[in-house]
Amino acid sequence: MSEPLLRIKDLVKRFPVKGGLLGGVVDHVHAVDGVSFELAPGETLGLVGESGCGKSTTGRCILRLIEPTAGEIWFEGKDVTALEGDALRRLARDMQIIFQDPYASLNPRMTVGAIIGEALIIHGLAKPGSKQFDERVVQLLETVGLHPDHRRRYPHEFSGGQRQRIGIARALAVSPKLIVCDEPVSALDVSIQAQVINLLEDLQQQFGLTYLFIAHDLSVVEHISNRVAVMYLGRIVEIATSKDLYTRPKHPYTEALLSAVPIPDPTVTRKRVVLEGDVPSPIKPPTGCHFHTRCPIRDLPLCSTQAPVLKQCGDGQWVACHLRK
Amino acid sequence: MAGSTPASPTADGLALPAVMRARSNSPWAEAWRRFRRHKLAMAGAVVLALITILVLFGPLFWQVAINDIDFTARLKGPSWRHPFGTDDLGQDLFARMLYGGRISLAVGLAAMMIAVGVGTLVGAIAGISGGKVDAVLMWFTALFLSLPQLPLLLLIIYLFRDVLKGIAGPEVGMFVLIVAVIGGFRWMPVARLVRAQFFSLREKEFVEAARALGATTTRTVTRHILPNSLGPVIVAGTIDVAAAIIAESTLSFLGLGFPPDIPTWGRILFDAKDYMDIATHWALFPGGAIFVTVLAITYIGDGLRDALDPRQVL
Repeated sequence: MSEPLLRIKDLVKRFPVKGGLLGGVVDHVHAVDGVSFELAPGETLGLVGESGCGKSTTGRCILRLIEPTAGEIWFEGKDVTALEGDALRRLARDMQIIFQDPYASLNPRMTVGAIIGEALIIHGLAKPGSKQFDERVVQLLETVGLHPDHRRRYPHEFSGGQRQRIGIARALAVSPKLIVCDEPVSALDVSIQAQVINLLEDLQQQFGLTYLFIAHDLSVVEHISNRVAVMYLGRIVEIATSKDLYTRPKHPYTEALLSAVPIPDPTVTRKRVVLEGDVPSPIKPPTGCHFHTRCPIRDLPLCSTQAPVLKQCGDGQWVACHLRK
Repeated sequence: MAGSTPASPTADGLALPAVMRARSNSPWAEAWRRFRRHKLAMAGAVVLALITILVLFGPLFWQVAINDIDFTARLKGPSWRHPFGTDDLGQDLFARMLYGGRISLAVGLAAMMIAVGVGTLVGAIAGISGGKVDAVLMWFTALFLSLPQLPLLLLIIYLFRDVLKGIAGPEVGMFVLIVAVIGGFRWMPVARLVRAQFFSLREKEFVEAARALGATTTRTVTRHILPNSLGPVIVAGTIDVAAAIIAESTLSFLGLGFPPDIPTWGRILFDAKDYMDIATHWALFPGGAIFVTVLAITYIGDGLRDALDPRQVL
């Protein structure tokens, strides 16, 4: 693998929980608890896991939309965590984000043209109202499959899929290298999901984009990703090429997740791995391996005392489990 | 909508099959469409517009001096010569009310602008800063809310009346003072409103998107948060106009508003109180004017609230 575009090392984000009589910090939510991975240029890394496992927080920490508590983020050899002020704002030209909710992510009081062109103004790439500005906005609209006339309209006049295209055009305006896709299709109809996924794939080809694709739908991730990382309670439990992960998962949590993916064929039967109980609270995550409270193959007391580290167990497949190697 | 839509929408569609409709509904145009459906609010808007036109241009046509004393026509009821009757000096009440209405409305508008301006500023700073700044500003707001307003108003007017009169003359000086005290005591609800709006809006994804684009805090606030928090502020502002008109008449009624030669509606009411039994019309007309104006503004506020609430589908 060539020099990575993005390298995350031991990323930690704890949110303080306030309470008590004096409103002091009584506890912490361990949203991201030591996440490390690398992203090669042009690659798509899928990041999957249940709600609340820290996927989105990880994505937002990379863009510094949320301040990480600890850990390193290196982008093209730059230490992202050390950037401040204007340098941090310039980071926006390299990294962008596409949001989950196409209804909440567009300013209802701005026209589509103003939304898409805002980055051009912020970074001094074009003056509002100039010919250059108009041409770029029209070009971006056409790139994402919208009509140039749409730039004079307001977000509420569009459907969910169209709005998501507007969000994509906004992210593309600065010609970024990396786009964090934070569940970009979860809020869309299945038929529209495919269109947006195909659009994202076309754009990747066209502009050589690198994606961090956050999702909880495994079949969507399998389709678009080169590699997939599975998260559970703030930690990555397994990371592998999508082919390996889907055909021979190593971690018991990955197995359980995969067995929950519906197969569109009623005659196919398979072994279902059903997990017991709920995800433990990220305020007090279990000791040792976070998954040991629900693990079907746990080995106590080893699993409840020692946290497993990610270990390579085959070509490009890494798993954090004491028992599966 | 009815006026602008062609009789047959299908024919329109056939005539222009591929052409995209260039007309677009901005959120403000949408709000205006919804406002027009609110009958009472529209009635209020019409009444307020009439009153405004009347006090602005009325004196051009009703050219009776407001201080034209005529002892032969003291305390006369309404007649063709004096549509609203006369006061104890035989002065024409219609002329006085047209003139006073300007001041009452101007006080209402100016005090509202101060209240909304100060409130938005305080609320925005608190809402965007959070933490200690927010705590201090909200403590300050609560302090203002808990002050006994009327006694303090009277005290401030007593203390600064003569100073300001000396600086800016009796009319302008009093206007500035009254507008400042009324506005200065009415910004707190706006500040709380704006702060709450900021707290909810700054977590919205489109604000996060602006930050991800590299927008500065100033830009995020002015382009994204503030425009989206204005709806409730406009509603509160409307109500503030009504409240300021009432507050001015209260002050005038207590004899602490404008001097006797500036006949605001409240001042006329104050002068009328001693003759309430023999010249009822004297109190009825200014009282009625205040009532109708405030009612109209309140209904406009009602309509605006419905029109600017994006969750409501009409």
